[in-house]
Amino acid sequence: MDIKGFERLGPCHWRLAPRGAMRVPVEIFADETLLQAMDDKVREQAENVATLPGIVRASYAMPDAHWGYGFPIGGVAAFDPDEGGVVSAGGVGFDVSCGVRCLLTGLPVEAILAVQEPLAEALFAAIPAGVGSTGQIRLSDAEMDAMLRGGARWAVAQGYGEAADLERIEEHGCMAGADPKAVSTQAKKRQREEMGTLGSGNHYLEVQRVAELYDEATAAAFGLVRDQVVVSIHCGSRGLGHQIGTEYLKEMALAAKGYGIVLPDRELACAPITSPVGQRYLGAMRAAINCALANRQILTHLTRRVFAQFFPGLSLPLLYDVSHNTCKVETHEVDGRRRTLYVHRKGATRAFGPGHPELPEALRPVGQPVLIGGSMGTSSYVLVGTKESEALAFSSACHGAGRAMSRQQALKRWQGREVVESLARRGVIVRSPSFRGVAEEAPDAYKDVSAVVDAADRAGLARKVAKLVPLVCIKG
Amino acid sequence: MSAWEHFEHEADIGVRGRGATLAEAFAQAALALTAIVTDPALVAPRIPVAIRCEAPDPEFLLVDWLNALIYEMATRHMLFSCYEVRIEGDRLEATAWGEPVDRSRHQPAVEPKGATFTALQVARQGEEWIAQCVVDV
Repeated sequence: MDIKGFERLGPCHWRLAPRGAMRVPVEIFADETLLQAMDDKVREQAENVATLPGIVRASYAMPDAHWGYGFPIGGVAAFDPDEGGVVSAGGVGFDVSCGVRCLLTGLPVEAILAVQEPLAEALFAAIPAGVGSTGQIRLSDAEMDAMLRGGARWAVAQGYGEAADLERIEEHGCMAGADPKAVSTQAKKRQREEMGTLGSGNHYLEVQRVAELYDEATAAAFGLVRDQVVVSIHCGSRGLGHQIGTEYLKEMALAAKGYGIVLPDRELACAPITSPVGQRYLGAMRAAINCALANRQILTHLTRRVFAQFFPGLSLPLLYDVSHNTCKVETHEVDGRRRTLYVHRKGATRAFGPGHPELPEALRPVGQPVLIGGSMGTSSYVLVGTKESEALAFSSACHGAGRAMSRQQALKRWQGREVVESLARRGVIVRSPSFRGVAEEAPDAYKDVSAVVDAADRAGLARKVAKLVPLVCIKG
Repeated sequence: MSAWEHFEHEADIGVRGRGATLAEAFAQAALALTAIVTDPALVAPRIPVAIRCEAPDPEFLLVDWLNALIYEMATRHMLFSCYEVRIEGDRLEATAWGEPVDRSRHQPAVEPKGATFTALQVARQGEEWIAQCVVDV
């Protein structure tokens, strides 16, 4: 990226003053190397977001920002409904509420190493993963609507997981304001066989070792112990979310002109928050959030069942569940007054600091766990939200590594079988239905997540707590 | 000459079809969509599926066409390798031929989530038509 014109506000904080149709500045959180390595499209897309009606304070980009659709991936923007603010299907994306959850096993790494291979096989057999996979659960129309209204709370009531899980999920496991009527028959049909499935691409289930601790006190509050094992699950709202994204993107792109909104890019498809289509989208998008929460809850149940075969009586409590493609109504202080804003995070994680009332009692003194997924075979990180993150970027942080090369390039460079064998030599067992899929997701096809996490830490968006390295990876 | 190719996008993948007619370019773009998941040569064109869409302009029509295919792939658990496309004005009628996903034979890499407006272009270039956009995977 051409960094000419950026004002440096801190070691990992850059500002681009508004120009042309921009209503607010662009602010990017990254060190100089990451910023320079970002595609010029990130700047262009962040500038486009800054032109949208009702945007508040700035159009933000996180340290892992890369070229997305309309919004950059890693983009954060808040809109005020009282100032003509918009809600954007493009600002949420196709995989609504894609996210990560982390389960604590309390087991020492030796216990897993003793069963690593059979555990990997059992997880691979139990977790539906990859293109064309289907779940065991079939929902009637009435059950589908109940799931879309209830999210993880619905799943727990059906026997998937424990009530104690709910307070460790954003929105306590149930996104309010979901409207199943705003979800099309097609979207529901697309979901019919996909409840409790992992998906494909960069989605995964990993058994991970806590390899390093950076903040012993917070790690202890999170239940993270060095050389103990956790399980992380990365997936989203599956076909339902994809179909909602597809349909509302088109509807909003066509409707924008009628609302007098000039779209510099059709992908920024949006409508006023208070408009009928804006309200319908919010109802559908919230239903998709619940679908993602229910899906991760079901996968958690399946994971616990597998672990119980190997370690009877083990409970695997949930550390936390974060979503990274959402638009949520939040109250933030702007210029000295509290305002209710619609905060879009597209490939960005909410990161509430200590004391936030949304957090469960046990986590409130320390702050929200921020779960950052790495690529297959590399590290993932647990961070904690900070107080200052609210003033920096409406309490947001990065979400992952981002690709360093395209799928085509990766496919030319690596064979899936070789990637699996080379990771096995490094002690990581990978199981996937597709060797081609593994090649496209090869660890080196992704950027270094450590640099991204360090930049988020230095910028003050969130603070590093622990590093996780994989032992088993189930890939879609 | 008809042809399809992928083009680069940082997070995802671009599909591009070329053809002597608009309909041929759309059919080739659909082959590029299949190629995101698997080698189209591995997919037997055994079962026909009828697809119709309508959109206000050719670019929206391309996105609708690819999204209709993504929907059929997802809900029927099928892959397609042969496309017969007819376009009249703002309407498209097509038959996609394919077979159910066979995970060991097709080695399906990744599922397309949706066709996007990013790098979306439907245009005549000299003697041929080009139809392209980025697909979120």
